[in-house]
Amino acid sequence: MSKGFRRPKLYTGKPMHYCPGCTHGIIHRLIAEVIEELGVEEKTIGVGSVGCSVFIYEYLDLDFIQAAHGRASAVATGVKRARPDTLVFTYQGDGDLAAIGTAEIVHCAVRGEKITVFFINNAIYGMTGGQMAPTTIAGQKTTTTPFGRDVTTAGYPIRMTEMLATQEGTAYAARVSVHDPRHVLAAKKAVRRAFLTQQQGLGFSIVEFLSACPTNWGMPPRDALKWLAENMIPTFPLGEIKKPEGVE
Amino acid sequence: MEKVLMKGNEAIGEAAVQAGCRFFFGYPITPQTELPEYMARRLPEVGGCFLQAESEIGAINMVYGAASCGERVMTSSSGPGISLKQEGISYLAGAELPCVIVNIMRGGPGLGNIGAAQADYLQAVKGGGHGDYRLLVLAPASVQELYDLTITAFDLADTYRNPVMILGDGILGQMMEPVVFRPAAEIKKPAGEKEWAVTGRKGGRPARLISSLHIVPENLEKHVNKLMEKYRRIEEKEKRWEEYHTADAEVLLVAYGTSARIAKGAVDRLRREGLAVGLFRPITLWPFPAAELAAVAENCRQVLVVEMSAGQMVEDVRLALGGKLPVHFYGRTGGMLPDLNYLVQLVRELIKGGGGGE
Ligand SMILES: Cc1ncc(C[n+]2csc(CCOP(=O)(O)OP(=O)(O)O)c2C)c(N)n1
Ligand code: SF4
Repeated sequence: MSKGFRRPKLYTGKPMHYCPGCTHGIIHRLIAEVIEELGVEEKTIGVGSVGCSVFIYEYLDLDFIQAAHGRASAVATGVKRARPDTLVFTYQGDGDLAAIGTAEIVHCAVRGEKITVFFINNAIYGMTGGQMAPTTIAGQKTTTTPFGRDVTTAGYPIRMTEMLATQEGTAYAARVSVHDPRHVLAAKKAVRRAFLTQQQGLGFSIVEFLSACPTNWGMPPRDALKWLAENMIPTFPLGEIKKPEGVE
Repeated sequence: MEKVLMKGNEAIGEAAVQAGCRFFFGYPITPQTELPEYMARRLPEVGGCFLQAESEIGAINMVYGAASCGERVMTSSSGPGISLKQEGISYLAGAELPCVIVNIMRGGPGLGNIGAAQADYLQAVKGGGHGDYRLLVLAPASVQELYDLTITAFDLADTYRNPVMILGDGILGQMMEPVVFRPAAEIKKPAGEKEWAVTGRKGGRPARLISSLHIVPENLEKHVNKLMEKYRRIEEKEKRWEEYHTADAEVLLVAYGTSARIAKGAVDRLRREGLAVGLFRPITLWPFPAAELAAVAENCRQVLVVEMSAGQMVEDVRLALGGKLPVHFYGRTGGMLPDLNYLVQLVRELIKGGGGGE
């Protein structure tokens, strides 16, 4: 084994059910590593959502709440208000956060809830088998846009993180990707900054991950990573959109 | 004991605070808005948190979060907002989270109106949301009872790890009556952290999970069976009702909440005329005091159900009585109230054998 590669202590050891080449697993690892490095596992509460990641609580050895589809940020609000000393994060897909849960996430940011949101944008509904997501890019084929997303009838891909960053309650907002090691490292830094933002009580923090769904994109894993880089990044530019001072 | 004059909605809020509720998530809707307004003033005084959510969906999910932490928590609304909460209520019941949900009923369906009504009975007692679950449903009939039953609601929620609904109506919520508070020492509160609550894995204890998901069919069936077993225990222990002049009643009125107050007025008038009329008032709508009602009705000739609906509780009354005696119905809808004079006349005619009422 190469130096530094070990299973995060926060992994339960249960085998993950994700498809080969799915990047949900990489994102789980980044979150686990940062929680471990910050030494906050005994004060962290995770709020899972409905989507392929619904079993995240099986994999990360943390207190967890399973929330209804789209409602994770409202549930997290209830938790954080009841336990202001804890670190609270949600883990939500693009259908969950950017379609059915739009009202909840916008107002969570508006209130500046001191929680951290991990938003997994794979441009598709994974769990239900590949339907259009609000983040499906123009022209992308899904089972409900069989001829490609026609923006004149199905609308345009939604850029949630930019939109949330405009809110005063949002203290940290970044979009990252996990399609290659360099980007994975940058993504980890964003996870860390988001948690630090929360720890310092600065406001709402969100990290959007561009993530691959080879199964529903209908591609082998390697092609999926390439497709992500070439097609998703132009629609969803990477970078830190908002960063508070003093958070490194 | 000193009496305090209070509005119904405010009495609920004060009772919640006295019962140790420190979290309230709500959204304005008439005729319950005095309750969130009261909590917005009152909770900061006791170090609690009031939050006006973006919607009733947001509010009920915030309840889910705070209840997951083991806190006593409340939300309130009326018809349209309660409909929006149904998804969350099903999740709360599935995850066995204690909380108190107040529905100060107004006229429906749809936007209906803001008048007092009792047309959400079936939604409250038969489910409302998806799946096999039950809420405990309490039906107060006075401001004092709103206060008392709110405290009871928090106890029941914690005892059974189940959401409890207080089903009031616009008249109860808005009217003012004197209330006697209970001494603080007599109000039970949970001691310490609930052993299932998520708090962060303090001291390295094993992780806890709050969830209503059981992906394996065998496991979900087992979970549902466990809920059913809990509901059976609740049915055995928690039925509450009031009997008023029932011992020799020839005609038995059955009504709850504001309808029961009107029915009581009718009983008093008819008793003064020497007519044998009584009232059975369910206080728990679920569990419904079915056997108790059947026992009281044993020596009656006819039953008359009075509701501010087109006929909802009457279904449970008919089930309880199993066709043994005629069950008549008098209901008003749309924010209209049962008319006392009409009701009195109706009972006189029933006694004369003039029938009617159906
Ligand atoms: C109220 C409700 N509507 C619909 C569903 C069905 N459903 C489950 S997951 C999902 C979408 C998941 O997509 P996403 O959030 O993008 O997550 P992914 O599976 O791609 O990780 C839907 C529509 C549901 N569970 N609840
Ligand atoms: S369907 Fe897509 S998002 Fe879901 S596990 Fe498979 S690859 Fe991952």
